[in-house]
Amino acid sequence: MEIERNELLRFSTAGSVDDGKSTLIGRLLYDSKSIFEDQLEAIENTSRKRGHEGVDLALFTDGLRDEREQGITIDVAYRYFTTPKRKFIIADTPGHVQYTRNMVTGASTANAAIILIDARHGVIEQTKRHAFIASLLHIPHVIVCVNKMDLVDFSESIFNKIVDEFQEFVAKLLIQDFRFIPISALLGDNVVNRSENMPWYQDAPLLHTLETMHISSDYNKVDARFPVQTVLRPQREGFIDFRGYAGRIASGFYRVGDKVSVLPSGFSSKIKSITGPNGKLEEAFAPMSVAIELEDDIDVSRGDMIVRSNNVPESSQDVEVMLCWLNNRPAQPRAKYTLMHTSNEQKAMIKEVMYKYDINTMERITDDVQLKMNDISKVKIRTTKPLLIDAYKDNRFTGSLILIDDQTNETVAAGMVI
Amino acid sequence: MSKYYLSYLEELESEAIFVLREVWAQFQNPVILFSGGKDSIVVTHLAKKAFYPSKIPFALMHVDTGHNFPETIAFRDKLINELGVQLIVGSVQDSIDQGRVAEEKGKSATRNALQITTLLDAIEEHKIDCAIGGGRRDEEKARAKERFFSHRDDFGQWDPKNQRPELWNLFNGKYFEGEHFRVFPISNWTEMDVWNYILQEQIEIPSLYLAHEREVVWRNHSWIPNSEFLTLDPREKIVTKKIRFRTLGDITITGGIESEADTLEKIVQEVSAMRQTERGNRSDDKRSENAMEDRKKMGYF
Ligand SMILES: Nc1nc2c(ncn2[C@@H]2O[C@H](COP(=O)(O)OP(=O)(O)OP(=O)(O)O)[C@@H](O)[C@H]2O)c(=O)[nH]1
Ligand SMILES: [Mg+2]
Repeated sequence: MEIERNELLRFSTAGSVDDGKSTLIGRLLYDSKSIFEDQLEAIENTSRKRGHEGVDLALFTDGLRDEREQGITIDVAYRYFTTPKRKFIIADTPGHVQYTRNMVTGASTANAAIILIDARHGVIEQTKRHAFIASLLHIPHVIVCVNKMDLVDFSESIFNKIVDEFQEFVAKLLIQDFRFIPISALLGDNVVNRSENMPWYQDAPLLHTLETMHISSDYNKVDARFPVQTVLRPQREGFIDFRGYAGRIASGFYRVGDKVSVLPSGFSSKIKSITGPNGKLEEAFAPMSVAIELEDDIDVSRGDMIVRSNNVPESSQDVEVMLCWLNNRPAQPRAKYTLMHTSNEQKAMIKEVMYKYDINTMERITDDVQLKMNDISKVKIRTTKPLLIDAYKDNRFTGSLILIDDQTNETVAAGMVI
Repeated sequence: MSKYYLSYLEELESEAIFVLREVWAQFQNPVILFSGGKDSIVVTHLAKKAFYPSKIPFALMHVDTGHNFPETIAFRDKLINELGVQLIVGSVQDSIDQGRVAEEKGKSATRNALQITTLLDAIEEHKIDCAIGGGRRDEEKARAKERFFSHRDDFGQWDPKNQRPELWNLFNGKYFEGEHFRVFPISNWTEMDVWNYILQEQIEIPSLYLAHEREVVWRNHSWIPNSEFLTLDPREKIVTKKIRFRTLGDITITGGIESEADTLEKIVQEVSAMRQTERGNRSDDKRSENAMEDRKKMGYF
């Protein structure tokens, strides 16, 4: 019954500062002729002004003044390009440890990640941090590009050594599918075109890999989950009795006539109608934005979830999550935050920090419970009312949450339900 | 057999509708910034779908520089009438008359930058906490850095070095008194996507986007339309050309391209073969390398 169409791939870059992520994206766009003439001209001018020989390809994504002055990426840049085979949304993220939060932002919506490694330096702490974050976010496909091969004489043995190092590290992670490509982003080897300098590498260059890799769907097709965003009550002629629950289907299917329950109240009813962007539908599925009407008049509001009566999420006030801390202000033990989960929002407290990870060794640290910027930890969170959750590994949308600091209104942490 | 996947455009549509509903749920007094250009028309069309069968539950706001294409204003008024929503107009002329801003001088003077003050004043006056824009990340390198939910401080400023993380589809729209948000539902759309969508949905757009005969002058690598606001250089000559516009801004700064594309189908074809970006013809972006970033930091659209 299921038909997959892989027309869109969202991928993000990862790796340490200066490993060549932005240069790689620039190279990919340039060699696949996805750059407009005026963009190229502007970048040639800037490169010249900055005393670069040739074109600095990183400027295609490093668009902010500060980024250009410092030669680093600060925040995610999104780029779009299309080849005859696929459409791509690229998130070029920063490698600098200070901006890890922006890497997480870019990676959170990706179905594939490209992790870059500088061939001269091999696997370093920031490579591990990003690989770990990619695995926590359940990015199903990872392409490891060993870059700057031109600076190590295109050496096969150096490449193999890095592949071994990386494999040893990721054995501890959950990444399902990864492959390795030796490249030179600067010169273009194995990016769009096959490298003549590395005849020992037999597999496909990067673009071909991106165009042909199978992408597993972002959406869980089994568990029907519909978080209500808002209620539509038109109160106008022809629709006096219309009461539609508007939202985006997070996972699964809904059909007119389905027996459903509204959580947390637990009242059950049947689906009376489904309205999609182009009118009435018999059935709808993730990620469609629809409005659902129920047969019975029950109290439903934002934050509630409509699910199938025979398949409900867990409802709990105590959740265990993997937490990435993204803010300069460390987590104060027992401090309260606003928690956002689907369309639901409530107060929450970090009840217990079970352990933090030492990124280098992946060992668990249990004697330091303060959560500082970039820390990755396992915590217990207590909320004022039950959350309707699934494990993140089963459902990216009902298994993810963020914490907001009420004193600053900033998003301070990203959590994945275990 | 049913299909159980969304096409690329359907996926973008669904994402934009989700974002618009999120705005409605999280803010007290949102508006759509309506310029009369294709992007804000598409956003308005999406808002219609997001709240159907209710009507769009917020106002449209137009920052009127006074240097408009007459077609844009006529189009705006017709649309407002059809939708039955409120129109809020922020007038740059009023800002000038009140001494809030001073008109630029010289041949290349525009009212582009002056809009910022008018926009921020209108946001303050009408207590708007969220202004929904048609900005797209593929338009410009500073825009490529935008979040869907983009925070503005109490001076209306954007701080691109310190944006809030934005994870999955969890949008944090929290703000303190005096601050506001800019939200961009079509962040992930490209120019091509917008045109394909307009074609697919048969959305009405101002005739200016279709090729037509017009009096123009060659300036800054594009055809600037003749208007009462145009000051001619002795070397410049008014000629009549068949042109169309890829973006619509002020009549004083929006350059057209020579084109035969007088139907939506032909535009889609033409755009797919373009080798220049759409903003390449806008002198507001050409003023300096960081023109867009600088304006955005101050509170521009
Ligand atoms: N020799 C050589 N230099 C490279 C290569 N790829 C990138 N570089 C250089 O490495 C430096 C950093 O490149 P960027 O692309 O800015 O690195 P990045 O990973 O995007 O850095 P951040 O985004 O700040 O983390 C630049 O000077 C590039 O020219 C390569 O394949 N070979
Ligand atoms: Mg970079």
